[in-house]
Amino acid sequence: MTTHSLPARTDTPAGTPAEKPGRGGGRRLMRPRAGRQHHAGPLAYVLLAVMAVLSIFPLYWTMVAASTDNTRVSQTPPPFLPGPNLFSNLARAWDEAAMGKAMINSLIVAGVIALSTVMFATLAGFAFAKLRFKGRNALLMLVIGTMLVPPQLGVVPLFMMMSELGWSQQLPAVIFPTLVSAVGVFFMRQYLSEALPDELVEAGRVDGAHSLRIFWSIVLPVARPAMAVLFMITFVHAWNDFFWPFVVLDMTNPTVPVALTQLSAGYIRDQSLIMAGALLGTLPLLVMFIVFGRQIVSGIMAGAVKG
Amino acid sequence: MATSTTKALAGGEPSGPPPKTDGEGTARRRGALLHRLDVRGAPYAFVAPFFVVFAAFSFYPLVYTSWISLHRVELATLDVMEWVAFDNYVDLWNDSRFWNALANTLTIGVISTVPQLLMALGLAHLLNYRMRASLFFRVASLVPYATSVAAAALVFTMIFERDFGMINWALGAVGVDPVNWEADKWPAQVAISTIVIWRWTGYNALLYLAAMQAIPAERYEAAAIDGASRWKQFTHVTVPGIRSTIVFTIVLSTIGATQLFGEPLIFGQGPNGVTGGADNQYQTLGLLLYEEGWKNYQMGRSATVAWAMFLLLVLVFVAQRLIKRLRSRTS
Repeated sequence: MTTHSLPARTDTPAGTPAEKPGRGGGRRLMRPRAGRQHHAGPLAYVLLAVMAVLSIFPLYWTMVAASTDNTRVSQTPPPFLPGPNLFSNLARAWDEAAMGKAMINSLIVAGVIALSTVMFATLAGFAFAKLRFKGRNALLMLVIGTMLVPPQLGVVPLFMMMSELGWSQQLPAVIFPTLVSAVGVFFMRQYLSEALPDELVEAGRVDGAHSLRIFWSIVLPVARPAMAVLFMITFVHAWNDFFWPFVVLDMTNPTVPVALTQLSAGYIRDQSLIMAGALLGTLPLLVMFIVFGRQIVSGIMAGAVKG
Repeated sequence: MATSTTKALAGGEPSGPPPKTDGEGTARRRGALLHRLDVRGAPYAFVAPFFVVFAAFSFYPLVYTSWISLHRVELATLDVMEWVAFDNYVDLWNDSRFWNALANTLTIGVISTVPQLLMALGLAHLLNYRMRASLFFRVASLVPYATSVAAAALVFTMIFERDFGMINWALGAVGVDPVNWEADKWPAQVAISTIVIWRWTGYNALLYLAAMQAIPAERYEAAAIDGASRWKQFTHVTVPGIRSTIVFTIVLSTIGATQLFGEPLIFGQGPNGVTGGADNQYQTLGLLLYEEGWKNYQMGRSATVAWAMFLLLVLVFVAQRLIKRLRSRTS
């Protein structure tokens, strides 16, 4: 329909060219090295370095501001090098600003949400990828469709529901609505439909294993790498989730983002204390990204190709 | 159900001392029945948790929102619902704050989404080169994604501070007068958009990168043989090749933009946060929803705003569809 001449408009499945028995090109097709792979020139490195600096600088400066004191932060020019007060400011944020409690709460909330999301997503992903049942495609479309519904829109009834259940200001109010994720289900389905051979499931059936046993002894070992990635990504989202926790929790029992808003709303604004809190609240995720950066990057990209 | 199946299946196996033929027959039949039940039922049991939780905590609230929006409900007395039909909608329609919030949501949405996706496209193109330290650059561009809205907004609030903020200091160094980033409408919207752009550019770039790597090398070779320049290759091979991913990110960013809440709230720290500045100059629909419900205690009106946001999303997607259809007809 389009009048462009150069590209084939639709994405051809990766298998198509390989099916044609090639002449000389056969060997190259065996190696699935798709995409453009020019070497980066100096300009590309410079631009990437600029992007990296822009990405990292605000966090670096958070650390700088958290390590000085309030008067130094408010001077011009602003400080660019760390000062001596980092640990005392972090300790103050931990005690005074309820960050200690908030960190523990966030750990519980994000941990439980990530665990349950991974478990239910793997179960459902396995069913959608490898089990045959009536309405499978329709249900899968429904899962994808739910991604388009922003949870923020149901916040008023959800709030009423929670106060009826007596969960207002309680962690279950934050945990329960987020126990599952459509993105997670879709992610695990994509992973398992490629990584889990049908024969393995069939073999389990022949041996007389029931579905839950097949799930436990055959699917889980195969799914483990994807589950780890999904766990981390879900943890990040749950740790950083803002709107609903802000609505339903208060300062007596906050998660990290909720505590941070309170930090900024005080009458006497202690800038280095605020920055110390922000740094403290980001630190666990930063450590995770530094240690598991490769896995998280590959996980996001794996979810993308097929999504 | 699962454990009982286990036992039944284990019992169904003719193991141990050979039982009486009659008993064996019923046990096997029972086993076969349970097996059929397992094969038929297990898939539904496996997908059920997702749908149950979604129905209870997402779908039901969404639908019930429309019912609440037809009532007067106050925060202090949530169980008292007074039927007011469409009064809330009429009030909202006549409320200049609503139109202001709608306009702000749209402008901040455009200012934050368009540069973000264009920059992500450029960044993905750079990351797609074969190079040293590629993992470092990928992780570095994801660092903002690991930062929470709250932390990011706090830092940027300080960087955009009027008197001692870094941006105004840098502007002053090149002879530009200080900008009042919070109090003036457009500067405030630009600053808030900057937070959004900072947090999401790297993430979107990785989505694009993944799609770019799936483009077969043959297409580039064919384009090169046709004498297409690097730029032509980018616009004629790369961009069409990742088209579905681009659409996907546009959809996600649009949804995110209509829901914008944390960034403006924290940017206008303290008393001005919920109103989006002293003159509502950066109040979004998300903030208005919160203000009506939790500051003015009018849950019915809050639900009305939520429903308006939902309609806005639907309208945006219908408009996108129409534009797409018109464009494919004209080209």
